[in-house]
Amino acid sequence: MGVAKRVIPCLDVDAGRVVKGVKFLEIRDAGDPVNVARGYNEAGADEITFLDITASSDNRDTILHVVEQVASEVFIPLTVGGGIRQVSDVRRLLNAGADKVGINTAAVTRPELVREASDKVGSQCIVVALDAKQVSAPGEPQRWEIFTHGGRKPTGIDAVQWAIKMADFGAGEILLTSMDRDGTKIGFDLALTRAISDAVQIPVIASGGVGNLDHLADGVLKGGADAVLAASIFHFGEYSIREAKQHMADRSIEVRL
Amino acid sequence: MQRIAVIDYGMGNLHSVSKAIEHVAPDDEVIVTDDEALIRSADRIVCPGQGAAADCMAAISQHGLTSMLVDIVDTRPFLGICMGYQVLFDHSEENGGVDCLGIVGGQVKRFAAPLHTPEGERLKVPHMGWSQVNQAVEHPVWHGITDASRFYFAHSYFCQPSQVEHVSGYCDYGHKIAVSIARGSIFACQFHPEKSADHGLQLLQNFVGWDGVQ
Repeated sequence: MGVAKRVIPCLDVDAGRVVKGVKFLEIRDAGDPVNVARGYNEAGADEITFLDITASSDNRDTILHVVEQVASEVFIPLTVGGGIRQVSDVRRLLNAGADKVGINTAAVTRPELVREASDKVGSQCIVVALDAKQVSAPGEPQRWEIFTHGGRKPTGIDAVQWAIKMADFGAGEILLTSMDRDGTKIGFDLALTRAISDAVQIPVIASGGVGNLDHLADGVLKGGADAVLAASIFHFGEYSIREAKQHMADRSIEVRL
Repeated sequence: MQRIAVIDYGMGNLHSVSKAIEHVAPDDEVIVTDDEALIRSADRIVCPGQGAAADCMAAISQHGLTSMLVDIVDTRPFLGICMGYQVLFDHSEENGGVDCLGIVGGQVKRFAAPLHTPEGERLKVPHMGWSQVNQAVEHPVWHGITDASRFYFAHSYFCQPSQVEHVSGYCDYGHKIAVSIARGSIFACQFHPEKSADHGLQLLQNFVGWDGVQ
Protein backbone atom coordinates (compact mmCIF):
# COMPACT_ATOMS: atom_id res chain seq x y z
CA MET A 1 0.00 0.00 0.00
CA GLY A 2 1.27 3.41 -0.88
CA VAL A 3 0.14 5.43 -3.81
CA ALA A 4 -1.50 4.31 -7.05
CA LYS A 5 0.57 4.41 -10.21
CA ARG A 6 -1.00 7.08 -12.34
CA VAL A 7 -2.22 6.88 -15.93
CA ILE A 8 -2.09 10.26 -17.63
CA PRO A 9 -3.41 11.16 -21.08
CA CYS A 10 -1.54 14.01 -22.74
CA LEU A 11 -3.26 16.46 -25.05
CA ASP A 12 -1.68 18.94 -27.45
CA VAL A 13 -3.44 22.30 -27.39
CA ASP A 14 -2.92 24.87 -30.14
CA ALA A 15 -4.50 28.29 -29.78
CA GLY A 16 -7.09 26.94 -27.36
CA ARG A 17 -8.06 23.85 -29.33
CA VAL A 18 -7.12 20.20 -28.86
CA VAL A 19 -5.21 19.07 -31.94
CA LYS A 20 -4.47 15.57 -33.22
CA GLY A 21 -8.10 15.05 -32.24
CA VAL A 22 -9.49 12.60 -29.82
CA LYS A 23 -11.35 10.00 -31.81
CA PHE A 24 -13.08 7.74 -29.32
CA LEU A 25 -14.87 9.84 -26.75
CA GLU A 26 -18.43 10.37 -27.75
CA ILE A 27 -18.32 14.08 -27.41
CA ARG A 28 -19.82 16.77 -29.51
CA ASP A 29 -16.65 18.70 -30.11
CA ALA A 30 -13.40 16.74 -29.87
CA GLY A 31 -11.41 19.95 -30.25
CA ASP A 32 -12.87 21.49 -27.12
CA PRO A 33 -10.45 20.97 -24.20
CA VAL A 34 -13.26 21.03 -21.64
CA ASN A 35 -15.16 18.26 -23.41
CA VAL A 36 -12.05 16.16 -23.83
CA ALA A 37 -10.94 16.65 -20.22
CA ARG A 38 -14.40 15.78 -18.97
CA GLY A 39 -14.41 12.64 -21.10
CA TYR A 40 -11.05 11.52 -19.74
CA ASN A 41 -12.13 12.24 -16.18
CA GLU A 42 -15.19 10.05 -16.67
CA ALA A 43 -12.98 7.38 -18.21
CA GLY A 44 -10.90 7.30 -15.00
CA ALA A 45 -7.78 9.30 -15.91
CA ASP A 46 -5.74 10.09 -12.80
CA GLU A 47 -4.54 13.41 -14.12
CA ILE A 48 -4.54 15.30 -17.41
CA THR A 49 -1.57 16.96 -19.09
CA PHE A 50 -1.97 19.75 -21.60
CA LEU A 51 0.96 20.59 -23.80
CA ASP A 52 0.53 24.08 -25.21
CA ILE A 53 2.02 24.09 -28.70
CA THR A 54 0.71 27.52 -29.65
CA ALA A 55 3.38 29.07 -31.81
CA SER A 56 1.98 32.56 -32.31
CA SER A 57 2.62 34.89 -29.42
CA ASP A 58 -0.71 36.61 -30.17
CA ASN A 59 -2.47 33.49 -28.98
CA ARG A 60 -0.26 32.82 -25.98
CA ASP A 61 -2.95 33.67 -23.45
CA THR A 62 -5.52 31.28 -24.92
CA ILE A 63 -4.05 28.52 -22.76
CA LEU A 64 -5.00 30.49 -19.64
CA HIS A 65 -8.65 30.51 -20.71
CA VAL A 66 -8.47 26.82 -21.47
CA VAL A 67 -7.06 26.07 -18.02
CA GLU A 68 -9.66 28.26 -16.34
CA GLN A 69 -12.51 26.54 -18.12
CA VAL A 70 -11.23 23.03 -17.55
CA ALA A 71 -10.43 23.66 -13.88
CA SER A 72 -13.94 25.00 -13.36
CA GLU A 73 -15.54 21.78 -14.48
CA VAL A 74 -13.11 18.90 -14.16
CA PHE A 75 -11.91 18.12 -10.66
CA ILE A 76 -8.76 16.07 -11.14
CA PRO A 77 -5.16 17.31 -11.29
CA LEU A 78 -4.16 19.29 -14.32
CA THR A 79 -0.59 19.77 -15.55
CA VAL A 80 0.24 22.35 -18.20
CA GLY A 81 3.49 22.60 -20.12
CA GLY A 82 4.81 24.51 -23.09
CA GLY A 83 6.17 28.01 -23.44
CA ILE A 84 7.07 28.58 -19.79
CA ARG A 85 9.87 31.16 -19.64
CA GLN A 86 9.64 32.83 -16.25
CA VAL A 87 8.14 32.56 -12.80
CA SER A 88 5.29 34.87 -13.79
CA ASP A 89 4.25 32.33 -16.48
CA VAL A 90 4.11 29.66 -13.77
CA ARG A 91 2.05 31.87 -11.47
CA ARG A 92 -0.44 32.80 -14.16
CA LEU A 93 -1.08 29.15 -15.02
CA LEU A 94 -1.48 28.15 -11.38
CA ASN A 95 -3.80 31.07 -10.73
CA ALA A 96 -5.87 30.02 -13.72
CA GLY A 97 -6.35 26.60 -12.10
CA ALA A 98 -3.41 24.42 -13.16
CA ASP A 99 -2.04 22.21 -10.38
CA LYS A 100 1.38 21.68 -11.87
CA VAL A 101 3.41 23.42 -14.51
CA GLY A 102 5.91 21.67 -16.78
CA ILE A 103 9.19 23.44 -17.50
CA ASN A 104 11.35 22.11 -20.32
CA THR A 105 13.65 24.23 -22.50
CA ALA A 106 13.69 27.15 -20.08
CA ALA A 107 15.18 24.89 -17.42
CA VAL A 108 18.07 24.06 -19.76
CA THR A 109 18.56 27.69 -20.72
CA ARG A 110 18.39 28.91 -17.14
CA PRO A 111 18.28 26.19 -14.46
CA GLU A 112 17.75 28.79 -11.70
CA LEU A 113 14.22 29.23 -13.02
CA VAL A 114 13.36 25.86 -11.48
CA ARG A 115 14.72 26.94 -8.11
CA GLU A 116 12.96 30.30 -8.22
CA ALA A 117 9.68 28.76 -9.25
CA SER A 118 9.73 25.99 -6.67
CA ASP A 119 10.71 28.44 -3.91
CA LYS A 120 7.79 30.62 -4.88
CA VAL A 121 5.01 28.11 -5.45
CA GLY A 122 6.27 24.89 -3.88
CA SER A 123 8.00 21.87 -5.40
CA GLN A 124 4.74 19.98 -5.75
CA CYS A 125 3.71 22.41 -8.52
CA ILE A 126 6.89 22.13 -10.58
CA VAL A 127 7.38 19.37 -13.13
CA VAL A 128 10.63 19.39 -15.06
CA ALA A 129 10.14 17.90 -18.51
CA LEU A 130 13.26 16.19 -19.69
CA ASP A 131 13.76 15.05 -23.30
CA ALA A 132 16.53 12.48 -23.52
CA LYS A 133 18.23 10.55 -26.30
CA GLN A 134 20.71 7.71 -26.06
CA VAL A 135 24.19 8.85 -27.10
CA SER A 136 26.30 5.81 -26.19
CA ALA A 137 27.30 3.43 -28.95
CA PRO A 138 26.16 -0.21 -28.83
CA GLY A 139 28.35 -2.13 -26.42
CA GLU A 140 29.28 0.95 -24.40
CA PRO A 141 27.73 1.61 -20.99
CA GLN A 142 24.40 3.29 -21.74
CA ARG A 143 24.34 7.05 -21.60
CA TRP A 144 21.66 9.56 -22.47
CA GLU A 145 21.82 13.25 -23.18
CA ILE A 146 19.29 16.07 -22.89
CA PHE A 147 18.01 17.38 -26.20
CA THR A 148 15.88 20.44 -26.87
CA HIS A 149 13.86 21.65 -29.85
CA GLY A 150 11.88 18.45 -30.22
CA GLY A 151 14.98 16.26 -30.04
CA ARG A 152 16.95 18.10 -32.69
CA LYS A 153 19.36 20.09 -30.56
CA PRO A 154 21.89 18.32 -28.33
CA THR A 155 22.92 20.08 -25.14
CA GLY A 156 25.82 17.90 -24.02
CA ILE A 157 24.09 17.46 -20.64
CA ASP A 158 23.97 13.95 -19.19
CA ALA A 159 20.33 13.02 -18.58
CA VAL A 160 20.82 11.26 -15.23
CA GLN A 161 22.98 14.07 -13.84
CA TRP A 162 20.43 16.58 -15.09
CA ALA A 163 17.58 14.79 -13.33
CA ILE A 164 19.55 14.82 -10.07
CA LYS A 165 20.31 18.51 -10.48
CA MET A 166 16.70 19.40 -11.24
CA ALA A 167 15.54 17.48 -8.15
CA ASP A 168 18.11 19.42 -6.09
CA PHE A 169 16.80 22.65 -7.57
CA GLY A 170 13.33 21.85 -6.27
CA ALA A 171 11.52 20.00 -9.06
CA GLY A 172 8.65 18.02 -7.55
CA GLU A 173 8.41 15.56 -10.39
CA ILE A 174 10.14 14.61 -13.64
CA LEU A 175 8.34 14.05 -16.91
CA LEU A 176 10.80 11.90 -18.82
CA THR A 177 10.41 11.53 -22.58
CA SER A 178 12.64 9.28 -24.64
CA MET A 179 13.16 11.07 -27.93
CA ASP A 180 14.35 7.77 -29.43
CA ARG A 181 11.02 6.15 -28.65
CA ASP A 182 8.57 9.03 -29.04
CA GLY A 183 6.05 8.12 -31.75
CA THR A 184 7.52 4.64 -32.33
CA LYS A 185 4.95 2.56 -30.40
CA ILE A 186 7.65 0.05 -29.42
CA GLY A 187 7.54 0.85 -25.71
CA PHE A 188 9.30 3.14 -23.24
CA ASP A 189 13.09 3.24 -23.06
CA LEU A 190 13.06 1.13 -19.90
CA ALA A 191 16.78 1.39 -19.18
CA LEU A 192 16.54 5.18 -19.32
CA THR A 193 13.43 5.21 -17.14
CA ARG A 194 15.06 2.93 -14.59
CA ALA A 195 18.28 4.96 -14.54
CA ILE A 196 16.43 8.22 -13.87
CA SER A 197 13.91 6.78 -11.42
CA ASP A 198 16.63 5.14 -9.33
CA ALA A 199 18.73 8.31 -9.33
CA VAL A 200 16.13 10.65 -7.81
CA GLN A 201 13.82 10.67 -4.83
CA ILE A 202 11.02 12.52 -6.68
CA PRO A 203 8.34 10.80 -8.81
CA VAL A 204 9.09 10.08 -12.47
CA ILE A 205 6.47 10.06 -15.24
CA ALA A 206 7.50 7.86 -18.18
CA SER A 207 6.64 9.06 -21.67
CA GLY A 208 7.43 8.24 -25.28
CA GLY A 209 6.84 5.04 -27.21
CA VAL A 210 3.69 3.48 -25.77
CA GLY A 211 2.02 1.14 -28.26
CA ASN A 212 0.21 -1.34 -26.05
CA LEU A 213 -0.86 -1.96 -22.48
CA ASP A 214 2.12 -4.12 -21.58
CA HIS A 215 4.29 -1.12 -22.36
CA LEU A 216 2.51 0.83 -19.62
CA ALA A 217 2.92 -1.98 -17.10
CA ASP A 218 6.58 -2.45 -18.08
CA GLY A 219 7.20 1.25 -17.52
CA VAL A 220 6.20 0.75 -13.90
CA LEU A 221 7.51 -2.75 -13.22
CA LYS A 222 10.75 -2.64 -15.18
CA GLY A 223 11.34 1.09 -15.55
CA GLY A 224 10.35 2.02 -12.00
CA ALA A 225 8.04 4.82 -13.21
CA ASP A 226 5.54 6.34 -10.79
CA ALA A 227 3.19 7.37 -13.57
CA VAL A 228 2.81 6.64 -17.26
CA LEU A 229 1.84 9.17 -19.88
CA ALA A 230 0.51 8.41 -23.33
CA ALA A 231 -1.28 10.20 -26.13
CA SER A 232 -2.17 8.34 -29.27
CA ILE A 233 -3.17 4.95 -27.82
CA PHE A 234 -5.84 6.72 -25.80
CA HIS A 235 -6.86 9.42 -28.25
CA PHE A 236 -7.52 7.04 -31.10
CA GLY A 237 -9.47 4.65 -28.95
CA GLU A 238 -7.09 1.70 -29.29
CA TYR A 239 -7.36 1.28 -25.53
CA SER A 240 -9.45 2.99 -22.91
CA ILE A 241 -7.97 4.38 -19.71
CA ARG A 242 -9.97 1.79 -17.80
CA GLU A 243 -8.55 -1.09 -19.87
CA ALA A 244 -5.09 0.28 -19.26
CA LYS A 245 -5.61 0.37 -15.51
CA GLN A 246 -7.24 -3.05 -15.41
CA HIS A 247 -4.30 -4.48 -17.32
CA MET A 248 -1.87 -2.88 -14.90
CA ALA A 249 -3.89 -4.20 -11.95
CA ASP A 250 -3.76 -7.69 -13.51
CA ARG A 251 0.00 -7.36 -13.47
CA SER A 252 -0.15 -6.57 -9.72
CA ILE A 253 0.33 -2.82 -10.04
CA GLU A 254 -1.55 -0.63 -7.55
CA VAL A 255 -3.92 1.59 -9.55
CA ARG A 256 -7.03 3.66 -8.84
CA LEU A 257 -9.91 1.67 -10.35
CA MET B 1 -28.70 30.55 0.79
CA GLN B 2 -25.56 30.55 2.88
CA ARG B 3 -22.26 32.35 2.50
CA ILE B 4 -19.08 30.29 2.20
CA ALA B 5 -15.78 32.13 2.53
CA VAL B 6 -12.66 30.77 0.86
CA ILE B 7 -9.76 32.48 2.61
CA ASP B 8 -7.36 34.13 0.18
CA TYR B 9 -4.05 34.86 1.86
CA GLY B 10 -2.12 34.78 -1.39
CA MET B 11 -0.86 31.22 -1.18
CA GLY B 12 -1.81 28.97 -4.00
CA ASN B 13 -4.50 28.06 -6.36
CA LEU B 14 -7.90 29.13 -5.05
CA HIS B 15 -9.60 28.84 -8.39
CA SER B 16 -10.06 25.07 -8.21
CA VAL B 17 -11.24 25.13 -4.59
CA SER B 18 -13.80 27.86 -5.16
CA LYS B 19 -15.05 26.30 -8.41
CA ALA B 20 -15.41 22.88 -6.81
CA ILE B 21 -17.45 24.41 -3.97
CA GLU B 22 -19.61 26.35 -6.41
CA HIS B 23 -20.09 23.07 -8.24
CA VAL B 24 -21.51 21.30 -5.17
CA ALA B 25 -23.30 24.36 -3.77
CA PRO B 26 -24.72 26.15 -6.82
CA ASP B 27 -27.29 28.06 -4.75
CA ASP B 28 -24.85 29.36 -2.17
CA GLU B 29 -22.68 32.44 -2.24
CA VAL B 30 -18.98 31.54 -2.47
CA ILE B 31 -16.60 34.41 -1.76
CA VAL B 32 -12.82 34.35 -2.12
CA THR B 33 -11.48 36.95 0.27
CA ASP B 34 -8.93 38.06 2.86
CA ASP B 35 -11.33 40.60 4.36
CA GLU B 36 -11.79 39.86 8.04
CA ALA B 37 -15.32 41.29 8.24
CA LEU B 38 -16.43 39.27 5.23
CA ILE B 39 -14.85 36.10 6.60
CA ARG B 40 -16.56 36.68 9.95
CA SER B 41 -19.87 37.18 8.15
CA ALA B 42 -19.65 33.77 6.46
CA ASP B 43 -21.62 30.72 7.56
CA ARG B 44 -18.71 28.42 6.87
CA ILE B 45 -15.06 28.79 6.05
CA VAL B 46 -12.65 27.01 3.75
CA CYS B 47 -8.92 27.55 4.22
CA PRO B 48 -6.80 26.16 1.36
CA GLY B 49 -3.12 26.84 0.81
CA GLN B 50 -0.03 25.70 -1.04
CA GLY B 51 3.64 26.37 -0.76
CA ALA B 52 6.13 26.42 2.06
CA ALA B 53 5.05 26.60 5.72
CA ALA B 54 7.10 29.73 6.50
CA ASP B 55 5.59 31.58 3.53
CA CYS B 56 2.07 30.49 4.47
CA MET B 57 2.45 31.60 8.08
CA ALA B 58 3.99 34.90 6.98
CA ALA B 59 1.16 35.46 4.49
CA ILE B 60 -1.52 34.70 7.10
CA SER B 61 0.13 37.22 9.38
CA GLN B 62 0.59 39.87 6.67
CA HIS B 63 -3.08 39.59 5.81
CA GLY B 64 -3.88 40.17 9.48
CA LEU B 65 -5.65 36.84 9.80
CA THR B 66 -3.74 35.06 12.56
CA SER B 67 -5.87 35.88 15.60
CA MET B 68 -9.08 35.88 13.57
CA LEU B 69 -8.39 32.29 12.47
CA VAL B 70 -7.71 31.19 16.03
CA ASP B 71 -10.94 32.90 17.11
CA ILE B 72 -13.21 31.64 14.43
CA VAL B 73 -12.38 28.00 13.76
CA ASP B 74 -14.52 26.71 16.60
CA THR B 75 -17.49 28.94 15.88
CA ARG B 76 -18.71 27.56 12.53
CA PRO B 77 -17.87 24.74 10.11
CA PHE B 78 -14.25 25.09 9.03
CA LEU B 79 -12.48 23.08 6.33
CA GLY B 80 -8.69 23.20 6.05
CA ILE B 81 -7.04 21.78 2.93
CA CYS B 82 -3.35 20.89 2.44
CA MET B 83 -1.39 23.83 3.94
CA GLY B 84 -4.70 24.90 5.45
CA TYR B 85 -4.47 21.63 7.38
CA GLN B 86 -0.79 21.83 8.31
CA VAL B 87 -0.90 25.41 9.63
CA LEU B 88 -3.48 24.38 12.25
CA PHE B 89 -0.79 22.49 14.19
CA ASP B 90 1.73 23.81 16.73
CA HIS B 91 4.87 23.64 14.68
CA SER B 92 6.29 22.58 11.32
CA GLU B 93 9.87 21.49 10.74
CA GLU B 94 9.78 22.95 7.21
CA ASN B 95 12.11 25.91 6.46
CA GLY B 96 14.24 25.11 9.49
CA GLY B 97 11.27 25.23 11.86
CA VAL B 98 8.16 27.42 11.83
CA ASP B 99 5.62 28.06 14.55
CA CYS B 100 2.13 27.49 13.21
CA LEU B 101 -1.29 28.50 14.54
CA GLY B 102 -1.37 26.02 17.42
CA ILE B 103 -5.10 25.41 17.06
CA VAL B 104 -4.58 21.65 17.08
CA GLY B 105 -1.81 20.00 19.10
CA GLY B 106 0.90 18.35 17.05
CA GLN B 107 3.86 18.61 14.74
CA VAL B 108 4.43 18.72 10.98
CA LYS B 109 7.39 16.61 9.86
CA ARG B 110 9.21 15.82 6.66
CA PHE B 111 9.02 12.33 5.20
CA ALA B 112 12.34 10.71 6.00
CA ALA B 113 13.95 8.99 3.01
CA PRO B 114 14.12 6.20 2.14
CA LEU B 115 10.49 5.19 2.46
CA HIS B 116 9.22 1.76 1.48
CA THR B 117 5.92 -0.09 1.33
CA PRO B 118 5.56 -3.20 3.52
CA GLU B 119 6.23 -5.14 0.29
CA GLY B 120 9.59 -3.40 -0.05
CA GLU B 121 8.71 -1.09 -2.91
CA ARG B 122 10.41 2.31 -2.75
CA LEU B 123 8.15 5.32 -2.17
CA LYS B 124 8.95 8.73 -3.60
CA VAL B 125 8.80 12.15 -1.95
CA PRO B 126 6.76 14.26 -2.61
CA HIS B 127 3.90 11.85 -1.96
CA MET B 128 2.14 12.62 -5.22
CA GLY B 129 -0.98 10.89 -6.42
CA TRP B 130 -3.99 8.89 -5.28
CA SER B 131 -3.84 7.02 -1.99
CA GLN B 132 -6.43 5.19 0.05
CA VAL B 133 -7.76 7.05 3.07
CA ASN B 134 -8.94 4.94 5.96
CA GLN B 135 -11.67 6.66 7.93
CA ALA B 136 -10.80 6.65 11.62
CA VAL B 137 -14.17 7.91 12.82
CA GLU B 138 -17.72 8.19 11.63
CA HIS B 139 -18.22 11.76 10.62
CA PRO B 140 -20.84 13.68 8.60
CA VAL B 141 -18.08 14.84 6.23
CA TRP B 142 -17.36 11.17 5.34
CA HIS B 143 -21.02 10.51 4.58
CA GLY B 144 -21.52 8.43 1.43
CA ILE B 145 -17.79 7.92 0.90
CA THR B 146 -16.69 4.30 1.08
CA ASP B 147 -13.92 3.63 3.56
CA ALA B 148 -10.49 3.36 1.89
CA SER B 149 -11.53 5.49 -1.10
CA ARG B 150 -8.66 7.15 -2.89
CA PHE B 151 -7.93 10.88 -2.66
CA TYR B 152 -5.30 13.00 -4.40
CA PHE B 153 -2.20 14.02 -2.43
CA ALA B 154 0.76 16.28 -3.22
CA HIS B 155 2.97 16.89 -0.17
CA SER B 156 6.42 16.33 1.34
CA TYR B 157 5.50 17.03 4.97
CA PHE B 158 2.99 15.17 7.11
CA CYS B 159 1.14 15.95 10.33
CA GLN B 160 1.48 14.17 13.66
CA PRO B 161 -1.46 15.20 15.85
CA SER B 162 -0.65 14.87 19.55
CA GLN B 163 -4.11 13.59 20.37
CA VAL B 164 -5.11 10.50 18.47
CA GLU B 165 -8.81 11.17 19.07
CA HIS B 166 -8.59 14.15 16.70
CA VAL B 167 -7.56 11.97 13.76
CA SER B 168 -10.39 11.34 11.30
CA GLY B 169 -8.43 9.70 8.50
CA TYR B 170 -5.24 7.71 7.97
CA CYS B 171 -3.16 6.75 4.99
CA ASP B 172 -0.22 4.36 4.69
CA TYR B 173 2.78 5.96 3.09
CA GLY B 174 5.86 4.20 4.39
CA HIS B 175 4.17 4.39 7.76
CA LYS B 176 0.71 5.23 9.02
CA ILE B 177 0.11 8.97 8.73
CA ALA B 178 -2.80 11.10 9.92
CA VAL B 179 -4.21 12.71 6.79
CA SER B 180 -7.29 14.32 8.28
CA ILE B 181 -8.52 15.57 11.60
CA ALA B 182 -11.94 16.35 13.03
CA ARG B 183 -12.49 18.34 16.20
CA GLY B 184 -15.79 20.05 16.88
CA SER B 185 -16.54 22.30 13.91
CA ILE B 186 -13.11 21.73 12.34
CA PHE B 187 -12.46 19.21 9.58
CA ALA B 188 -9.10 19.45 7.87
CA CYS B 189 -7.27 17.22 5.42
CA GLN B 190 -3.88 16.83 3.79
CA PHE B 191 -5.35 15.59 0.51
CA HIS B 192 -7.11 17.75 -2.07
CA PRO B 193 -10.86 17.10 -2.21
CA GLU B 194 -11.14 19.68 -5.00
CA LYS B 195 -8.87 17.45 -7.12
CA SER B 196 -10.18 14.06 -6.04
CA ALA B 197 -12.94 13.57 -8.61
CA ASP B 198 -16.25 12.16 -7.30
CA HIS B 199 -15.13 11.29 -3.77
CA GLY B 200 -13.66 14.74 -3.34
CA LEU B 201 -16.82 16.44 -4.56
CA GLN B 202 -18.85 14.26 -2.22
CA LEU B 203 -16.69 15.36 0.70
CA LEU B 204 -17.13 19.03 -0.24
CA GLN B 205 -20.87 18.55 -0.63
CA ASN B 206 -20.98 16.95 2.81
CA PHE B 207 -19.03 19.86 4.24
CA VAL B 208 -21.32 22.54 2.81
CA GLY B 209 -24.31 20.73 4.31
CA TRP B 210 -22.71 19.98 7.67
CA ASP B 211 -23.99 21.72 10.82
CA GLY B 212 -20.54 21.67 12.42
CA VAL B 213 -21.46 19.14 15.07
CA GLN B 214 -19.31 16.05 15.11
